[in-house]
Amino acid sequence: MAKKQYSFYPGCSSQKAASSSNYLVSVQSMCDELDIELNEIPDWNCCAASIGYAEGGELPRLALSARNMALSEQANPGQDIVATCAACWLSTKETQERLHGDSDLMKETNEALAAAGLKVKADQNVRHMVEVLIEDFGYDELGKHVKKPLEGIKIAGYVGCQTNRPFGIVGESYENPKYLDKLVETMGAEPVEKYDKKVQCCGGALAFSEPEKSQALIKDIIEAAYDGGADMIVTPCPVCQMNVEVYQDHINAKYNTKFKMPVVYYSTLMSVAYGKNAKEAALDGHIVRAKKLEDIANK
Amino acid sequence: MSELNTAMVEKYRNSFLKEVEANVEEGDWVKMCMQCGVCSGSCPFGPHWAHPPQEIFMMIRAGKREEVLTSDSMWMCTSCYNCVVRCPRELPITHIMHGLANYAHRLGIAPKEQPTRKFATLFWKNLAKKGRVNELTLGLGLYFMNGIGPGIKTALKMKNIGLGMMKTKRMNPMEILGGHGCKDVSGLHAILAKAREIEDAKMKKFAG
Repeated sequence: MAKKQYSFYPGCSSQKAASSSNYLVSVQSMCDELDIELNEIPDWNCCAASIGYAEGGELPRLALSARNMALSEQANPGQDIVATCAACWLSTKETQERLHGDSDLMKETNEALAAAGLKVKADQNVRHMVEVLIEDFGYDELGKHVKKPLEGIKIAGYVGCQTNRPFGIVGESYENPKYLDKLVETMGAEPVEKYDKKVQCCGGALAFSEPEKSQALIKDIIEAAYDGGADMIVTPCPVCQMNVEVYQDHINAKYNTKFKMPVVYYSTLMSVAYGKNAKEAALDGHIVRAKKLEDIANK
Repeated sequence: MSELNTAMVEKYRNSFLKEVEANVEEGDWVKMCMQCGVCSGSCPFGPHWAHPPQEIFMMIRAGKREEVLTSDSMWMCTSCYNCVVRCPRELPITHIMHGLANYAHRLGIAPKEQPTRKFATLFWKNLAKKGRVNELTLGLGLYFMNGIGPGIKTALKMKNIGLGMMKTKRMNPMEILGGHGCKDVSGLHAILAKAREIEDAKMKKFAG
């Protein structure tokens, strides 16, 4: 297949030494194998995620995503915008829909952008990396690149919220999306059947401001994975990954559990299955080490 | 913005619904709620809302301005969008809740000590400073947002998580010196200032 090119919006958490820098490393390894070229939007800014609303308000918040789209139109015309972060994708796609659905808003946004000499048309598609994999490649094609099938690993596909709602992945239901399970299977591992917490919220940004309430949700997400016999959890979202991975000690102390569940990205699984080494799959970027993946990667 | 609050009370004395429709993001959807309660039943933080979304919509229509805007309910929204995809009338409930929270915050009558309000404010100020989030200063700001004493306690509780993040190269102590940011920070600030100016002017016009 010919090289595919996208206008890439990596987002704050993917930057060097930031909380999902491990995600970006594995995405790059995965894209390398699939001959995907990610052209970073020059000088992109934060999208305000799902928590910027309180101080930011409507127009300043939308203007942030509009600036990214304007820069993308200049630098990478004709390419789809692709985000790896769920919140980045949601904010950008939401802004695009809002601008096209409301001509006053489009006018006001461009008035704001003009303060920095920018103008937005918002006519590039805004997609999540998972959509690129499923729609532009498809499971069969993705499976052809597997060099080391992830045999003997059982994985709970934790889809979470923001890659699933409100937009979702075409052809998938909001309540029981199956794309992660299919990806897990395509990589040669076994998905947990009937993982009932697959679309349960982890608390999102409120894991910071309301830790107790959020950790109660996270506990259920991990417990259901154990109940399904999972060796690890896989997710497409940086906030889900961090929330479900890093608070396990706090949850164990509070609920008297013994959780030690690795939480990886789909791109981690794919990098390992595509024969990349542990470093290229960013397996060293996990606090709860995914030993079974390390074994395969080091083979 | 308590002067603005007084102006809004005067202007919309008889209809809080009209006030919400004119000033709250996606507020013109509120009248469409048919009170089925699916949103309230779908919310992951449901048990923690003093007034779940369905109730908030009815309270707006019943003119309970003070109770709604000073409530900490909307601040319980985790932005999971469960309510949005399940609402039979397709109300953008998540955005309405954000809009209500933002409106109460701008009027200066949102609950002062609400932790999500404080964190959300920190988050915006953090990202707006250089155009990208500095996770280290954001985290430290969060620990210390209730003062030095509770801050030290939280920092100690979070110590192992912080060390784990550093060990896996997902946190960098050097970010304290500034860290990541956009190159065209002044352009970004100009855009945000202009956007805020447009939004403020609209609200002033509605306040009359």
